[in-house]
Amino acid sequence: MGSPKKNEVLLEIKDLRIEGYADEEWIEIVHGIDLTLHRGEVMGLIGESGAGKSTIGLAAMGFARDGCRISGGSVEFDGMELTTTPKADLRALRGSRIAYVAQSAAASFNPAQKLIDQHTEAPVHYRMKKRLEAQEDAMELYERLRLPNPTEIGFRYPHQVSGGQLQRAMTAMAMACRPDLIIFDEPTTALDVTTQIEVLAAIRDIVDQFNTAAIYITHDLAVVAQMADTIKVLLKGNEVEEASTVEMLENPREDYTKSLWAVRSFKREQRARPTDATQPIISVEHIDASYGNSDVKVLDDVSFDIYPGMTVAVVGESGSGKSTTARCITGLLPPTAGRILFDGQELPARYQDRSKEQLRQVQMIYQIADTALNPQMRIGDIIGRPAEFYGNLRGGALKNRVDELLDLIELEPSKFYYRYPSELSGGQKQRIGIARALAADPRMIICDEVTSALDQLVAEGILKLLDRLQEELDLAYMFITHDLATVRSIADEVVVMKQGKVVEQGPKDEMFTPPHHPYTDLLLSSVPEMDPNWLTALLEERGVDNIGEAADTGKSALKPGE
Amino acid sequence: MSGVLGIVLKRLGLGLLTLLIISILIFFAVELLPGDIAQAVLGQGATEETVNAMRQQLGLDRPAPVRYLEWLAGAVQGDFGVSLISGNSVGNVIGPRFLNTLFLAGYAALIAVPISIILGVIVALLRNSLFDRVANVMTLTSISSPEFFLGYILILYFSVQWDMFPSLASLGPDISIGEYLYRAFLPALTMVLVVTAHMMRMTRAAIINLLASPYIEMARLKGTPAWKVIVFHALPNAWAPIINVVALNLAYLITGVVLVEVVFVYPGIGQLLVDAVSKRDFPIVQACCLIFAATFILLNLTADVGAILTNPRLRHPK
Repeated sequence: MGSPKKNEVLLEIKDLRIEGYADEEWIEIVHGIDLTLHRGEVMGLIGESGAGKSTIGLAAMGFARDGCRISGGSVEFDGMELTTTPKADLRALRGSRIAYVAQSAAASFNPAQKLIDQHTEAPVHYRMKKRLEAQEDAMELYERLRLPNPTEIGFRYPHQVSGGQLQRAMTAMAMACRPDLIIFDEPTTALDVTTQIEVLAAIRDIVDQFNTAAIYITHDLAVVAQMADTIKVLLKGNEVEEASTVEMLENPREDYTKSLWAVRSFKREQRARPTDATQPIISVEHIDASYGNSDVKVLDDVSFDIYPGMTVAVVGESGSGKSTTARCITGLLPPTAGRILFDGQELPARYQDRSKEQLRQVQMIYQIADTALNPQMRIGDIIGRPAEFYGNLRGGALKNRVDELLDLIELEPSKFYYRYPSELSGGQKQRIGIARALAADPRMIICDEVTSALDQLVAEGILKLLDRLQEELDLAYMFITHDLATVRSIADEVVVMKQGKVVEQGPKDEMFTPPHHPYTDLLLSSVPEMDPNWLTALLEERGVDNIGEAADTGKSALKPGE
Repeated sequence: MSGVLGIVLKRLGLGLLTLLIISILIFFAVELLPGDIAQAVLGQGATEETVNAMRQQLGLDRPAPVRYLEWLAGAVQGDFGVSLISGNSVGNVIGPRFLNTLFLAGYAALIAVPISIILGVIVALLRNSLFDRVANVMTLTSISSPEFFLGYILILYFSVQWDMFPSLASLGPDISIGEYLYRAFLPALTMVLVVTAHMMRMTRAAIINLLASPYIEMARLKGTPAWKVIVFHALPNAWAPIINVVALNLAYLITGVVLVEVVFVYPGIGQLLVDAVSKRDFPIVQACCLIFAATFILLNLTADVGAILTNPRLRHPK
């Protein structure tokens, strides 16, 4: 990523302080950050959620979200002091000289407008280009970002375009006025690994071609290693350290940075299937499933077994049918063909037809603990309800059971019993979700992407907890995830799914050693590694036109149409 | 779009069922009222013989379910019976009155809907400003005062004190459209004042509700001016709730006019209904209520179809 003009300072932030409004008072959330960015330089901001990454990124545009304000320090962009610039001048800067790429392109494109209309909005507004010129430029950018059908794709609505394509279209939109600086706010966090690569490659390319400076915000170290020239580590609104990417990866100075680097080291002994005649706890046998009355099969002849006390990871991209399989096992979605056995006994297809005892055996933990917990109920009631329903506990016995469960998930019962979910952190909420599943005293738990919404350190804690519980309570896990690092650390067996079919399954060690099924191979090789040259090497190996969705041979591009 | 057609047909079917249930409820509600048409018409001088004779003449001596089924048999063939008072067919009695009511409702809607939506957009743009608060207080005041009270206030100022508009909206047989609009102005204005607050506040809330969406933040970060953010980015996504509340208020303009019509002596369906109820003229009551019910059903259906048509996901499938 060499560029000729790197010595000229573009953005200089000094002692930046930002306050947030909470509980009727202003609380400082960013405590004096310094940042210097040169033209054409890419800086990675990294840290857990709550570190202030996005807030700092937006402050670099002179923008504070509702309920936030810049309370001190200076932000100097190309000689302009943004903290004192009048609002109208600041606005004129946004979109034209500083652009923003948001985390979820699907949510950040207006659903009611065509992509190209949103793309041309800024250049037309600033009278840089006429509408038609701006459209032509958009198509050229789409082509550079290797979007399929660049002349046509812009005329679609956001919901007609896939997530990875939207993220690239958003990068194109940020480029519309050829800004000097782009803020990338976790642009690939919501994407599958295979899609992530194409977006990363596209962003890196285009930033390079136009010599645009960028601030790249992420919590994924391996991603930032591919993208950034320098890395700044943040923790709770403070800077931990800053160094060039290579330096940072090779010898991080601070303990916190080292702990971030060490996250992926958690590994559990792999267990093998029992050799005696033990029956699998859950046997999925040749199930098909579809939603509504449509004939489209979401699941097509899916079979696998889960043995007691083992962890089976089900991996695949979004839309591969992982969660649908879980819905079939729990009886929420009766399969159209095949059957599901529990301990050798066939389970009724619909949960309504299952006995309480059968329902008790399989519990679920969900991806987004925020929405899976009733915000109007106290923690004690959330955990108590299944204990009451399945265990017929009342009064003191119920209270004791809830205390015991809270102890199990390492939360102090006296402190948490009467709290509401909104008073808990993300990791704590997920622990409550686990306790609720345990309250039924199940033999198997389905974990649906339980760590993907969490920071790495917190996720690590959850994985360790799940492992300990498995050990103590002899639980079987069906672990749905798209994160192969998680699979590596905790799975015993792996089931790889693609478009509703199981493409490969087996013990973890076999699955992670070649030869693989080509799709497994694609998934595995798409997981970013800490090596800063990983992306470059991978692109050379695969060829630029053969990444991400393009590597997916089955998909054909949509035709232009009404 | 075949999905939309399916929804429309299904809802129309359900609508017919609703109408049937309503007709039963209305019939027996009227039955429950003390007294009947014979007593109401004959008044003080009625003797038991004359009342009985009139009942027999009108067929009121037969049991209620039989009379209901007779009415129903006629209704499904399009014959809603005759007014028990005048003997004219229900269609002839209600027709011109209903047209008058529709005209008044349309008049009020043409003023109220654009004003509310434009005001709603402006107060969303200037939210929490003085203008926002004043607009809120004023529209809330007008919605919280009963419409007959509003009507009298308007009469007091516009016709008594300033002598600008007539206080009675009496319509002759052949008046020009301009004359008509002039005479019906005060009742229309009363209706406008009653429905504006609701629609304006819903427009404001629907827009403000969207302002926290990532795509609104994105539009701001593209340097889009505030009014463009509201008009081009928020409003197109806020149509569904706005259309719904507009439809409810249009229905109210038709069904809620009773008091306003009485205040301004406007010859609409509301006044007719009041008269018919006091005289126990069942066929008229029944027909009026069914018209009101059908109005609600049709307007709600229109709102749902409108909400579907303004949703780009449904308009442009993958």
